[in-house]
Amino acid sequence: MVQQQATFSIWRGDSAGGKTVDYTAEVSEGMVVLDAVHQIQATQANDLACRWNCKAGKCGSCSAEINGMPRLMCMTRLNDLDLTQPVTVEPMRAFPPVRDLVTDVSWNFRVKKKIKKFKPRKPDNPDGSWHMLQGDIDRVQEFRKCIECFLCQDVCHVLREHQMYEEFIGPRYFVYTAALEMHPLDTEDRLPELKQSQGAGLCNITKCCTKVCPENIHITDNAIIPLKERIVDRYYDPLKKLFRMFRPKSEG
Amino acid sequence: MPEYAAHEYDVLIVGAGGAGLRAAIEASAAGVSVGLVCKSLLGKAHTVMAEGGIAAAMGNVDDRDNWRVHFADTMRGGQYVNNWRMAELHAREAPDRVRELEAWGAVFDRTNDGRILQRNFGGHRYPRLAHVGDRTGLELIRTLQDHGIHQGMDVHMECTIVSLLKEGDRVVGAFAYEREHGRFKLFRAKAVVLATGGIGRAYKITSNSWEGTGDGHSLAYHAGAELIDMEFVQFHPTGMVWPPSVRGILVTEGVRGEGGVLRNKEGRRFMFDDIPENYRSQTADNEEEGWRYTQGDKNARRPPELLTRDHVARSIMREVKAGRGSPHGGVFLDISWIKERLKNGAEHIKKKLPSMYHQFKQLADIDITAEPMEVGPTTHYVMGGVRVESDTQMSNVPGLFAAGECAAGINGANRLGGNSLSDLLVFGKRAGEYAAKYAKENRLGEVSKAQIDEVARQALEPFERGGSGQGAFQVQHDLQEMMQDLVGIVRREDEMLQALDGLAKLWERARQVGAPGNRDYNPGWHTALDLTHLLTVSEAITRSALERKESRGGHFRDDFPNKDDAYATFNVVSQRGPDGEMQIRREPLKPIPAELKAIIKEMA
Repeated sequence: MVQQQATFSIWRGDSAGGKTVDYTAEVSEGMVVLDAVHQIQATQANDLACRWNCKAGKCGSCSAEINGMPRLMCMTRLNDLDLTQPVTVEPMRAFPPVRDLVTDVSWNFRVKKKIKKFKPRKPDNPDGSWHMLQGDIDRVQEFRKCIECFLCQDVCHVLREHQMYEEFIGPRYFVYTAALEMHPLDTEDRLPELKQSQGAGLCNITKCCTKVCPENIHITDNAIIPLKERIVDRYYDPLKKLFRMFRPKSEG
Repeated sequence: MPEYAAHEYDVLIVGAGGAGLRAAIEASAAGVSVGLVCKSLLGKAHTVMAEGGIAAAMGNVDDRDNWRVHFADTMRGGQYVNNWRMAELHAREAPDRVRELEAWGAVFDRTNDGRILQRNFGGHRYPRLAHVGDRTGLELIRTLQDHGIHQGMDVHMECTIVSLLKEGDRVVGAFAYEREHGRFKLFRAKAVVLATGGIGRAYKITSNSWEGTGDGHSLAYHAGAELIDMEFVQFHPTGMVWPPSVRGILVTEGVRGEGGVLRNKEGRRFMFDDIPENYRSQTADNEEEGWRYTQGDKNARRPPELLTRDHVARSIMREVKAGRGSPHGGVFLDISWIKERLKNGAEHIKKKLPSMYHQFKQLADIDITAEPMEVGPTTHYVMGGVRVESDTQMSNVPGLFAAGECAAGINGANRLGGNSLSDLLVFGKRAGEYAAKYAKENRLGEVSKAQIDEVARQALEPFERGGSGQGAFQVQHDLQEMMQDLVGIVRREDEMLQALDGLAKLWERARQVGAPGNRDYNPGWHTALDLTHLLTVSEAITRSALERKESRGGHFRDDFPNKDDAYATFNVVSQRGPDGEMQIRREPLKPIPAELKAIIKEMA
C-alpha cells in the first residue's frame, strides 16, 4: 500500500477554551486514529494530551469524538473514515475539558461510589462458594463487559444537553445497577434511589447510548427498560399498591 | 522551595492493578489508613488486559487437581529457580482468593453443575483457570475496584511517583506529580507497597500499555532494594503481527486452550516437532489425542501448543527463521478448524473468545471463526523484580513491600499463563496484610527538606531545556529498538555488550532530555521522567542476561543454547553499589525442603 497523508484537526486547549489545530500524519495500513494522534504527539506536538492504555478496546481510556461521533480512538480504523477531508478529533463534550483530548471524568467515579455495593446471600456451600447456573448469569455477564469508557454518558442528552449531573446517574450506572440488581446472589434493594435521586425516569429511551457502546451492550433494552419496569411494578402497579396497603410489612 | 500537597497514610500503595487493589483492600481491612496511587484512571491498569484466567487448583472440572499438582507445575514451568516457598503459598492460597472474588461480586463462567468453570492452559496439568470468556482481567479488576472503593481508602488517580523517600535505611514515603496540572504531592507513609506491574515498554514489540515502564523495579532499585531474575523476560508466543499498528497486542493462550492449533505456511503443526524431554510424558504425540484433551478427555495428554510460553515462542521463531512463517513474519494460529469437530463451532468460538473475535474483526479484518490468525512473539511479562521475603513480601529495605509483577520469585525462569492473576491476588493480599502490620509497629518517619528539594528539582529539569533538549519520545523509541534487537528473545554476548554501550549513550541523552510546554497534562514531560525507569530496568535485564551463560525459561542464549545444571543453583541479583553503579552478583537458592521435593518428584 502506498503511504498517504491525512489531515487531523485536533482540539487543543483547556478549561479556559481552545480551538482545533490541523496536523498532517503519514497513514499506513491498518492504522487507527490513536496511532495518528501518537504519531503527531511524538513528532510534532510532544505536549499533546490524550489518555490511552491497552490500545485494543479493552480499557476504555481513549474515548473521544471523531468527526463528531463518540468513539474509542484505538478502535477507529482510518480506512473507515473519509481521509480526503480533515478528520476532527475532539474531547468528550459532556465532561469539563482538562487539556486537549483529556476531560475531567471524576464525576463518574463519584456517582459509582453512591450506588449501594454488592451484598450476597449466605454462601450455599461450606467452602464459601455458591451454586449459579450459566443461564442465570448470562445477562449479568453482558453488563459486566462494560469497560467504563463513558461514551454512553457523553452521548446521553440528559447529561450532554441538560447537564443534570445531580439528578441523573447516566447509562453507565444504570448498566452497573442492573448488573447488581440482576446478580443471582445479590440481596440489596436499589430501587428507591433509582426512582428518586438517580433519575431513572429521566431517560426517554432514545437509545443513543446503545448505539455508541463499543462493547455492544444493549444498554437501553436489557438494562434501562427492565429497571424502569421494576420501578413501575413496585410504585405504580395499582394492584400491588392495594396489596401493600393491606400487607404493610411485605416487601415490594 | 517546591510547592506540594502533603498526605499522610499508614500504608501507601503504588499501583492499582490487581495486586495494588488487593493489597489496598487487605490493608484497609486491617484498620489502617490507606492511600492508593495509580498512574491512570482507576480500573484502567494493565490487569484489564489479562484474558485467559486465574490459575487456582479448585478441582471443579477435574477432581484430580489440588495445590500439590499446581505447585509442581509452577516449579517445572519456572525451571526450578523459583522461590519454592512462594510457589507453595501461591498454589495453596489461590482457590480461596478466587472464591473471595465471587463473594465480592465477580461472575465467573460456570460448569454444568453450577460451579466456577476452569479451562486448560499451557503448562497446567489439569483444567485450572477460572475465567470469564476471554476478559478475565476486566472482571478481576472491576470486582476489586467496586469492592475497594467502599473500604475507606483514598485513591489518587493519574498520579505518578518519581521517587521513594527514605529516613536512614527505611522507606518513609514517596514524591509524586499529578497529571492534570503537574502539581507535586508528598506522601508520608509508615509502609509503602509497590505494585506497579511490568517493563514491556522497554521493548518495541510488546503487549504492555504506556504504563509498563518498570517504575516499581526502578524506584525500589534506587532506594537500595535488590532485584532478582531480571534476565527472565517472558515473550508471549502469540501477539498480533499484522497490521503494523497492532503489532504486539496480545492473543490469549485461551485460543489454544479451546483447541486452537499453530501451523506454519506449509500447514504443518510444527509444535509436534520438538517436545522437550521434561514434558514428553505429559504431552500428546498425535493430533487426535491433543484434541480429545481440549475437549475434557481425562485420559488424553495435552497438545504441544499448550507447552510453556518460552518453548512455544522459540518454536515460532524457529519456523519464521527457517522461512516457513506466515506472510507478515509470524505463524498461523487457527481456531476455525474446530468447526470440523463441533457443530455450532463458529458460535462456540464467539462465546468462548468474544474479545478475540472482536479484536481481529475490528483491527485486522479477520474473522477468526472462518480463517487463521497471524501471530508472533511479543514482550509480555517480566519474571524478575524486587526480591521479597516470601511470606510478607517485604524487600531488603525496611518498610518497602512489593507484590505482583514487580516482585519476583514465584515464577522462576518462566511464568505459566494464569499464574499472574493468582499471584497478584495471593501476594497482593499478603503484602497488604504485612504492610499494615509493619505500619502498626512503626512510627511515621521524617523526610528531610533537602531530599524533597532535590527530587523536585530533578523532576522539573526537562522544562529548563524545553524544546531544545533531546526529545523524550525519540530516546524512548531508540531504547525500544535497541532492546528488541540486542536483548530480545535470542541473545548473544557480543550483542549484549553492544547494548551496554548503547545504554550508556542513552543514559547520557536522557540526562539532556527536554520537555516543551507547561506542566498541565504534558505527555512529553511524563515520558521524560519515565526514561530513568526504562533505562534502569533495561540495564538490569542486560547485565543479568550477560551473567547467565546458559539458556533457561525466558532467557535464551544463542551462544549457550543448553541448560546448565551449574546455573540451576542461584538467582542473579542486581543492586545499586555504593558508587551508584549497578552491581551484579549470584545469590544461592535456598535448599528446598524434603516434602516439597517429594511432591515435585511424585508429579514428574
